[in-house]
Amino acid sequence: MNFSLTRTSLIAEADLVGIAGERAVCDPRGVLFFPELRLLAVSDLHLEKGSSLARRGALIPPYDTGATLLRLQAVTSDYQPSIVISLGDSFHDGGGAERMHASFRERLEALMAGRDWFWVAGNHDPEAPADLPGETVRELAIGSLLFRHEPSKVRVEGEIAGHLHPCARIVQRGRSVRRRCFAGDGGRMIMPAFGAYTGSLNVLDRAYAGLFRLETLMAYMLGSDRIFAISRSMLRPG
Amino acid sequence: MPRSPFVPIFLGDCPWPRYLWRVTVEPRLAEQNAAIALPEPFLRWFGEKGWSPRAHQIELLAKAQSGQSVLLIAPTGAGKTLAGFLPSLTELAVRPRRKPGQAHRGIHTLYISPLKALAVDIERNLGKPVEEIGLPVTIETRTGDTPSHKRQRQKLVPPDILLTTPEQLALLIAAPDARRFFEDLRYVVLDELHSLVTSKRGHLLALGLARLRNYVPGLQTIGLSATVAEPDELRRWLVSQNPAGGMAGLITVAGGAKPDISILDSRERVPWSGHSARYAIPEIYEAIKRHRTTLLFVNTRSQAELLFQELWRANEDSLPIALHHGSLDVGQRRRVEKAMGENALRAIVATSTLDLGIDWGDVDLVVHVGAPKGASRLAQRIGRANHRMDEPSKAILIPANRFEVLECRAALDANYLGAQDTPPLINGALDVLSQHVLGVACGAPFDADHLFEEVRSAAPYAGLTRETFDRVVDFVATGGYALKNYERYARIRKTKDGLWRVSHPRVAQQYRLNVGTIVEMPELNVRYVRQGRGMAGRGGPVLGKIEEYFAETLRPGDNFLFAGKVLRFEGIRENECVVSNGAGANIIVPSYAGGKFPLSTYLADQVRGMLADSDRWQALPEQVADWLRLQKEKSVLPKRGDLLVETFPRGNRHYMVAYPFEGRLAHQTLGMLLTRRLERANARPLGFVATDYSLAVWALDDMAALFKARKPSLAALFDEDMLGDDLEAWLNDSWMLKRTFRTCAVIAGLIEKRFPGQEKSGRQVTVSADLIYDVLRSHEPDHILLQATRTDASAGLLDVSRLADMLSRVRGRIMHKHLKQISPLAVPVMLEIGKESVNGGANESLLMEAADLVEEAMGRS
Repeated sequence: MNFSLTRTSLIAEADLVGIAGERAVCDPRGVLFFPELRLLAVSDLHLEKGSSLARRGALIPPYDTGATLLRLQAVTSDYQPSIVISLGDSFHDGGGAERMHASFRERLEALMAGRDWFWVAGNHDPEAPADLPGETVRELAIGSLLFRHEPSKVRVEGEIAGHLHPCARIVQRGRSVRRRCFAGDGGRMIMPAFGAYTGSLNVLDRAYAGLFRLETLMAYMLGSDRIFAISRSMLRPG
Repeated sequence: MPRSPFVPIFLGDCPWPRYLWRVTVEPRLAEQNAAIALPEPFLRWFGEKGWSPRAHQIELLAKAQSGQSVLLIAPTGAGKTLAGFLPSLTELAVRPRRKPGQAHRGIHTLYISPLKALAVDIERNLGKPVEEIGLPVTIETRTGDTPSHKRQRQKLVPPDILLTTPEQLALLIAAPDARRFFEDLRYVVLDELHSLVTSKRGHLLALGLARLRNYVPGLQTIGLSATVAEPDELRRWLVSQNPAGGMAGLITVAGGAKPDISILDSRERVPWSGHSARYAIPEIYEAIKRHRTTLLFVNTRSQAELLFQELWRANEDSLPIALHHGSLDVGQRRRVEKAMGENALRAIVATSTLDLGIDWGDVDLVVHVGAPKGASRLAQRIGRANHRMDEPSKAILIPANRFEVLECRAALDANYLGAQDTPPLINGALDVLSQHVLGVACGAPFDADHLFEEVRSAAPYAGLTRETFDRVVDFVATGGYALKNYERYARIRKTKDGLWRVSHPRVAQQYRLNVGTIVEMPELNVRYVRQGRGMAGRGGPVLGKIEEYFAETLRPGDNFLFAGKVLRFEGIRENECVVSNGAGANIIVPSYAGGKFPLSTYLADQVRGMLADSDRWQALPEQVADWLRLQKEKSVLPKRGDLLVETFPRGNRHYMVAYPFEGRLAHQTLGMLLTRRLERANARPLGFVATDYSLAVWALDDMAALFKARKPSLAALFDEDMLGDDLEAWLNDSWMLKRTFRTCAVIAGLIEKRFPGQEKSGRQVTVSADLIYDVLRSHEPDHILLQATRTDASAGLLDVSRLADMLSRVRGRIMHKHLKQISPLAVPVMLEIGKESVNGGANESLLMEAADLVEEAMGRS
């Protein structure tokens, strides 16, 4: 199934994942799209992580912001959402928005134009990004859904969060495959990190303890052009 | 074992190892020379011992005294080490003593060896004669294990002779007081030079030497080396290449007694394929019983584990047999080495960790299991036995399969001829240069013009262009990106006086933590816990390290072989792989990255020659000669310079087997490229497998028919142009390139080394090398670090130059034989199918399988 469609009506029923009664497309590029709401959610962009590390002496390539924005541009142009929610840690640190190269800022503003854009506050970027449009919120409720950065410790039906950078690992034929993933149990969903320089943490790690109903937990692992839905029994730690 | 009248002296009260100083009856000429060159205390001491120095030792001394740098090439046991130190010791013996109140003098002689253990060994062995002669000479080691208070003291009160490693030299150069510390330096002695120069460590060392020559223009070097194919390369390496072409003096000591090497002519059937040599275990065990101490060499750590296990199964007499390889815990390795030194062991199974010039105990037999892959490597390994130059070493080669029989035979012939196939030196790596430039800046501000000249005086960098050098400096400063974002974070900056300086003390701190060129694969400690305690078990001893990617394929309850034990995998806890006692039938042997040497070009040519010439088959075991005769009958044997390609159907597939004999790496690259082309030709290839000798590709379509219809012709399929776009396209997505990039990025200082305990936080705080690679490749494909990566991968993992040589050699000489069925020569590679998979882009299909299993289980399919 190819999701590179501009007309969202072509999304097949079978590709939709249920979250507290709402239905969403888990796109293999790592974004969540709710066709009925024309809402696109993306998490943990960590823009300007490269320059953030460069300040401390690790001169890693300064192209991460550009790379992340290019991919974001591709998904917004495919789905044409009217609402975009960036689920926190949009910038790697509080000074990220200021450091951003002028050309990247223009690119970002262009893809924000004409949409309702929400910056959910994250632990890396608790304040509103400097000089950028969009509304900064702590959390956001839309219909039966609740969007916030860190998953709540208590179970909240319909919560969509980021922060943990989930990935999953399987071993098949003696070989190990690790991929970023969406993690969901039908009631809540944790989104994969979208940023070019973001690492990931296995869904079986302690950090996820108590967040999911284990019997229905699925890892939607990101393939190159499709999602692979893997049940918990197949997953390996590490 | 009365072999020589002098043996009691060596074994009994000789205070240093035999190889350092030994009783010899030399020609009178040497004695006369000795009288000229040696100071009086040395002569008296020689006299007391009833010994005399060897001719090459005196010759080296004379050359050094005339101001030359020298390369000494000698077999093991020739007294190389003493020769190397003689110029320093004689000079120090007559040097006026320091008067009280005078400033301390700097280092006089720097000794550099590839192994910490070797430096420690030399300290012990040199100390004794120095004391007995009564020389006022201080000798100290400085390695990663030296405590910091001792390092501090060494800076204030330097010893006369400092024994150290290439990494420590880099650190000393990066210190602000480097110039003063080295200002009295006279000699640098480089031990085991042949093994140092072929790696990136050698590049770092060459740059370090260039820096030392800058401090002390008259500095002399003394290189000690085993026999190599191209001595002139090493002679240039030892001296400044400004002016170009300068060479150190050369002293060659002819090989000692011809080694007594044989190939096991087994009573058993030699298998078609595989590497375990299990068939020969009873015969190996008998050989161990007949000898005092046997050293068993294998090519990989997996083979070492397997062989050790099999030997213990056969060990009815409970002989003390030990295991030694680089992944075992250091403590355990030291215990084995100690036991070996005390002659408490009957046999040691070892990998290349014991290759270098340390010898322990009285080894009287070397068994080489598996083919040696290179003639020089075989000679160096066999040199372990006896370590006495005048007595023949005794060795048995155990080929693990039929092709290895040919290879062993070729290596053995080469050994008798004295042929050498050490690898040629390669150009200095740019990641190493980056590290060095930062190190120089940490020591003192530098002028780019001067540093460029200095770098080019080091042989590996003699061909460096100014443009590349400037890009390296730019990389060190700000990352060298086209997008100039990082000026304000620069690590080094050019100040008004035109000199480059470190911008912050933190930069020097980071540099010191990351110095060196040895980048390990991510590894996990193997932690033993009591059985039945599972992951909750408290920490027992650490048995060693295994590579992370292997541990990740294990399931709790799996049994695997490590450190000579069967272990049960319990799980991964932080950076540890937790294990308990295991048992059972399905035992997995860990695979380790690296360590598999490809067949040398020289041996490959010899093997092709042997195949083509049936007169030489007489030297082969009967069953192997029969195999070749059968091949001649059923198919054909290629001429020495030709490439044989066979095609045949089998099952519902079509096979193509080629026999280039160019080593596994080159064959893998060839396999990748051929399948791409066959895919384009719609032959629907399904896979391939490569060995050191041949390559098999299988497809749904009849490839022979395609060749016949010239769609494409066989010649077009094997055309050299595959090394252009096809190679480029495949390379960019290859996991091999990512692995190489990580190494380059760590050496160049772009990302930091991983230290034990950091792994867990590491994933979230730092950025993985793979992600950096992806971003850099798509945004700045010409970045200098990607260039360095491609160069490395082409030379190392892909062996592209060898493939290129082969393709050009066989142009117009490809011999196609279409068969109705598999040929005898094809059997070995066909048996490998399914055993070794090529790690390609199949990850998605594995995910697909897993997802389908889920669907199936849930009844949705």
